[in-house]
Amino acid sequence: MRLLRWIEFLRNRLRTVVWVCLVVLGLLVVVDALPGLVDKEHHAHTAPERWPAFWAVFGFVGCVALIVLSKWFGHAGIMQREDYYDE
Amino acid sequence: MSDWWVHPASILILGGLLLRWVPARFKRAYLLLVPLLVFGRILGLTHGTFGQVQFLEWTLVFGRVDALSTVFGYIMSLMCLLGTLYGLHVRDDGQHLAAWTYVGGSLGAIYAGDLLTLFLFWELMALSSVFLIWCRRRPESLGAGFRYLLVHTAGGVALLAGIVLHGQATGGDLTFGAFDVKAPTLATYLIMTGFILNAAVPPLHAWLPDAYGEATFNGSVFLCAFTTKTAVYALCRGFAGMEILVPLGVIMALYGVVYAVLENDCRRLLAYHIISQVGYMVAGVGLGTELAINGACAHAFAHILYKGLLFMGCGAVLHMTGQSKFTELGGLYQKMPWTFLFTLLGGLSISAFPLFSGFVSKSMIVAAGFEEHKLWAGFLLMLASVGTFLHTGLKVPYFIWFGKNHCRPETWARAAEPPWNMNAAMAVASILCVFIGCYTPYLYQMLPYPVDYHPYTAYHVSETLQVLLFTAVGFFLLICKLEPEPTISLDMDWFYRMGGRAFRWLARQPVQLLDTCVGELYRVAGMVPLMRSARLAGRFDQSVIDGLVDGLAHSIRGLGQRLRAVQRGHVQQSLAVALGVAALFILLFLLFSSDPR
Repeated sequence: MRLLRWIEFLRNRLRTVVWVCLVVLGLLVVVDALPGLVDKEHHAHTAPERWPAFWAVFGFVGCVALIVLSKWFGHAGIMQREDYYDE
Repeated sequence: MSDWWVHPASILILGGLLLRWVPARFKRAYLLLVPLLVFGRILGLTHGTFGQVQFLEWTLVFGRVDALSTVFGYIMSLMCLLGTLYGLHVRDDGQHLAAWTYVGGSLGAIYAGDLLTLFLFWELMALSSVFLIWCRRRPESLGAGFRYLLVHTAGGVALLAGIVLHGQATGGDLTFGAFDVKAPTLATYLIMTGFILNAAVPPLHAWLPDAYGEATFNGSVFLCAFTTKTAVYALCRGFAGMEILVPLGVIMALYGVVYAVLENDCRRLLAYHIISQVGYMVAGVGLGTELAINGACAHAFAHILYKGLLFMGCGAVLHMTGQSKFTELGGLYQKMPWTFLFTLLGGLSISAFPLFSGFVSKSMIVAAGFEEHKLWAGFLLMLASVGTFLHTGLKVPYFIWFGKNHCRPETWARAAEPPWNMNAAMAVASILCVFIGCYTPYLYQMLPYPVDYHPYTAYHVSETLQVLLFTAVGFFLLICKLEPEPTISLDMDWFYRMGGRAFRWLARQPVQLLDTCVGELYRVAGMVPLMRSARLAGRFDQSVIDGLVDGLAHSIRGLGQRLRAVQRGHVQQSLAVALGVAALFILLFLLFSSDPR
């Protein structure tokens, strides 16, 4: 049950884990903005992809949009009680 | 048969048929041996055309072995081995037989060189896989199985109609090769409809979550791999470059993601993600370039493993707790930590995290989209990746193993790590997912075209990590909106489920009313006059005919009675009396008439 101890270890230090994650996110954006490290000239297909942190914004906005729009769609009549098809 | 060629499917089907006569103590070894033999047979196949059989005026080709069929045959047989290992402890021979026949159908379709053989195995797949749903033996499973069967029968009919029309147009040539995608005919569209129904392209997709959410815990592990990916193979073979498949694939990729947000059942959620992931492959087939077809094949290969792994993880939860709904689960990391780890690895693979299998396969298709200047397709597929990580990478592990504990006491008491064989199958699948992601030549060398693609560029890694990790930020910020709700989501199956009900109402109400009206009309206009005329005829018969006959008989009887009264005694007596009287009269006459002289 060493795995369980590992999970407990991380859960007990949730604050630290969150901080580490935030630092990683920040680093990711910084690294992306450095042309010497990430070659955008040869790989990007469109102009917006060359903007720093474009894909970070894409991921975040995409995620929020998917959740909000899907839930709106679901509550517009698609989500029904579980016995909907029962007779 | 033109030559002796052992079809891999025949080993599986024969092995399945013999299963019930295998003694119980050898059964587990046998269950592993047969898929191993099949895997070995597939490794030993050489390229070429084998197993040709003359049937009427057609040549059936059972063994077309080339680069495309080899990569699919390889992964299908590998998945069969993993799926069987996962369900090794299941003491239901029927279920193993159904699963193996189903895989046999898939292998048969993959190695088929003509459309008739393809159709034969295509239908075998549908017919055998339905038992994996029925074997769960819930009342709901029965209905889900019948719906699954009916939808696939409809697809099979479309496929057969297409094959017949195609054969007519080509003068009987039924070779299964690339169709003319630039000038598609009705036959081409019908065959494509048969294929895309099995690939679960909306609006022909609702059978998939309906069935895969309802199958047995190990049945879904098989189901998630074979039907859709055999269809992807068939599309790669026949419809590479068919333009319409690009938008259809992109729609699929997003459709699955949207429904996954709403889903409360973890296996149905995974099923919607099959639709989403197969969307990438269908779009890749539509793009049709060498990179795109390689991408479709690579993604199918990787997908079979990680989706199998995810279904194994959720299947283990279902098997051990009896629950598959997020609203009935939560906090299980304390009870099933290893299952959590394996499922998480599957989630990272499907989300295309660097060093995992999805990263090296999915990106080929997206890159092909961008290279073909279909920018909209590229960006929308990237958006679908956001949704994939959101649900399969985050929502599934979080709401089953962490989050609020919704487990009922009995669920919590039952929960434990699954049997060793299930863990072993998950471990092997996990290792393969990581191996494919880390060592790209393993997969790339199997692909049908030479690969000149390098996924591990700084740009691609940076792009992927940004998209995925900022998706995680969005997930944790909006986690309250993602709290599971005990609902079901209406999908296209609404039309045939409610349509069936409408048909039944139609049969019960208007059709029955019409039937009653016609019956009444028949009674009033037909039966009543008929009865009346019959009654009249009866009366005529009784009073006139019977009267006449009876009267005659009556008269004869009366006459007889009278004659009887007149007639008495014996005839001899009467004759004697008559003769006596006559003699007396004669004597008297002689006496009185004699001359007195």
